[in-house]
Amino acid sequence: MDKTTALPIDPAAANAAGASGRGRAAERRGMAVIPYRESRLKGIAQSLALPVIVLIVWEIAGRAGLIMSGILPYPSLVAQGWWTWAFGENVMGLNAYAGTWAENAFNSFERVAKGYVVAILIGVPVGVIIGWSKLAARIVDPTIQSMRPIPITAWLPFSIALFGIRDFGAIFLIALGAFYPIVVNATHGARDVSTNLIRAAAMMGANRRQMLFRVVFPSALPAIFTGMRIGLGIAWTAVIVAEMVAVKSGLGYVLWDAYYVGRMDIVIADMVSIGILGFMSDWLIVQLQNYCLKWKQQR
Amino acid sequence: MSILNAIEVAGVEKIYGGSVHALSNVDFHVADNEFAVLLGPSGCGKSTLLNLIAGFEDVTDGDVRVFGTPVAAPGPDRAVVFQEAALFPWLSVIDNVTFGPRMQGRSAAEYMPVAEEFLRLVGLQDFYDKLPSQLSGGMKQRVGIARALVMNPRVLLMDEPFGALDAQTRLSMQELLLRVWDTHKKTVLFITHDIDEAILLADTVYVMSARPGRIAVKIPIELPRPRGVDLLTDDTFNELRREIMGHIRTGATIQQAA
Ligand SMILES: Nc1ncnc2c1ncn2[C@@H]1O[C@H](COP(=O)(O)OP(=O)(O)OP(=O)(O)O)[C@@H](O)[C@H]1O
Ligand SMILES: [Mg+2]
Repeated sequence: MDKTTALPIDPAAANAAGASGRGRAAERRGMAVIPYRESRLKGIAQSLALPVIVLIVWEIAGRAGLIMSGILPYPSLVAQGWWTWAFGENVMGLNAYAGTWAENAFNSFERVAKGYVVAILIGVPVGVIIGWSKLAARIVDPTIQSMRPIPITAWLPFSIALFGIRDFGAIFLIALGAFYPIVVNATHGARDVSTNLIRAAAMMGANRRQMLFRVVFPSALPAIFTGMRIGLGIAWTAVIVAEMVAVKSGLGYVLWDAYYVGRMDIVIADMVSIGILGFMSDWLIVQLQNYCLKWKQQR
Repeated sequence: MSILNAIEVAGVEKIYGGSVHALSNVDFHVADNEFAVLLGPSGCGKSTLLNLIAGFEDVTDGDVRVFGTPVAAPGPDRAVVFQEAALFPWLSVIDNVTFGPRMQGRSAAEYMPVAEEFLRLVGLQDFYDKLPSQLSGGMKQRVGIARALVMNPRVLLMDEPFGALDAQTRLSMQELLLRVWDTHKKTVLFITHDIDEAILLADTVYVMSARPGRIAVKIPIELPRPRGVDLLTDDTFNELRREIMGHIRTGATIQQAA
């Protein structure tokens, strides 16, 4: 044993050390204090710098003819094409895309919403029950785990054969793709419930149903939301793939169609649209998550 | 009339996974309204014994009865206070405290006044709507105690409830528990490895020895009640402490670490 640690410490010295320690900490904090608004603006400016520079260089290079605008139209051309796509009129059938943006975006959004809701309605209960009941895990889990390595894109021909070129095939793919991360995360969440919480509920007289709804489900909720966010990303991938092949509307259909007729401005505008819709739907889920998991944030 | 013991443990064996002999031939009983303390070094099987009485685990052999009824499963007649409080983090203080009666389908009119009374008793009347993450360790433990008392259990099982608290908080929690016990007599089985805590609280201290876990000796504590922490400097107290330390040291099977 180290003798020095056993020596009585001079309380005055200990106090002084403590005080100067606190002083240094305050100093460190003080140095980091930059007026809130200023630091935030600076942060936004720093994150915007790279994309803005890329856009400017791209625009200049495009206008100077350094990039073939037929293959890679420069930003202002894309913006123009997008504007017509969104608000233009299809005069004498010259521009088949004119004014169809909202309709196509809505088609994709609606399919994602439908497939995603199906995935949640099936994935959450199935996952929680697999995680909670060993019997359910033995019966269902091996099947799910053995199907999971098949990428949703590989399901396309099967889905078309089964449902034809109709909405249902796309929704099937979306639901299937989003289902896996939701079910897997819900399973983990339900399986990781603290033993002490289960015991606490049991000694307070909770029956199996109450245990499931009042303890296991809320415990699993953070993991469920993790799965739902991953699932949403897969849902958008699935809708684009499905629309490219299995249906005749939506952003995925326009994307592939525009590529075939060489409308690269529409292709790029379409890609950005998908990104924006994906971002917005994720934002919605995060809002829901923040609301449902309020108890996790307040510290 | 009741000559039934509150807790009756007879010839209990507990073997984990066929090899870990956690408890061997444990015999002891706790009378109605007795405050019994299990004292022993880490790993001697204190929690195992409590878990058997709570119904969280099954005996390998032997008999565990609470008021004459063999223990089969956990139930609200045996409230447990856990070391880490084990509150539901998504429920407010009041919802945690009323969880038991709500699960049992009691009416709010019935349990709310009781819950409010116990929250006041543990000094948390101003924290109804707070979440567990907003409470200190001592406050969480007080919620855990209130939640156990609200169920009006016949037996209160406490597994090192103050083990994770700092010395200061620990003292005030011990005083609180003494106060609660004086006003609401209950059968208590309390686990600790702190000798002072054991003497301060107990009617009877059971010293356990390890590998395999057994009850080594039973020591009645005949200090007058109501007790307070000022007792810690009392002569009788120090004598008892010396006696218990002697038992722990001579107990050949007890680890030096205690
Ligand atoms: N679920 C389990 N599986 C296997 N062994 C276990 C299990 N629970 C406890 N044990 C073993 O049984 C013995 C007694 O454990 P127990 O938790 O009852 O001790 P304890 O007296 O409560 O100790 P502490 O003071 O550290 O809480 C230990 O050797 C422990 O490793
Ligand atoms: Mg223990």
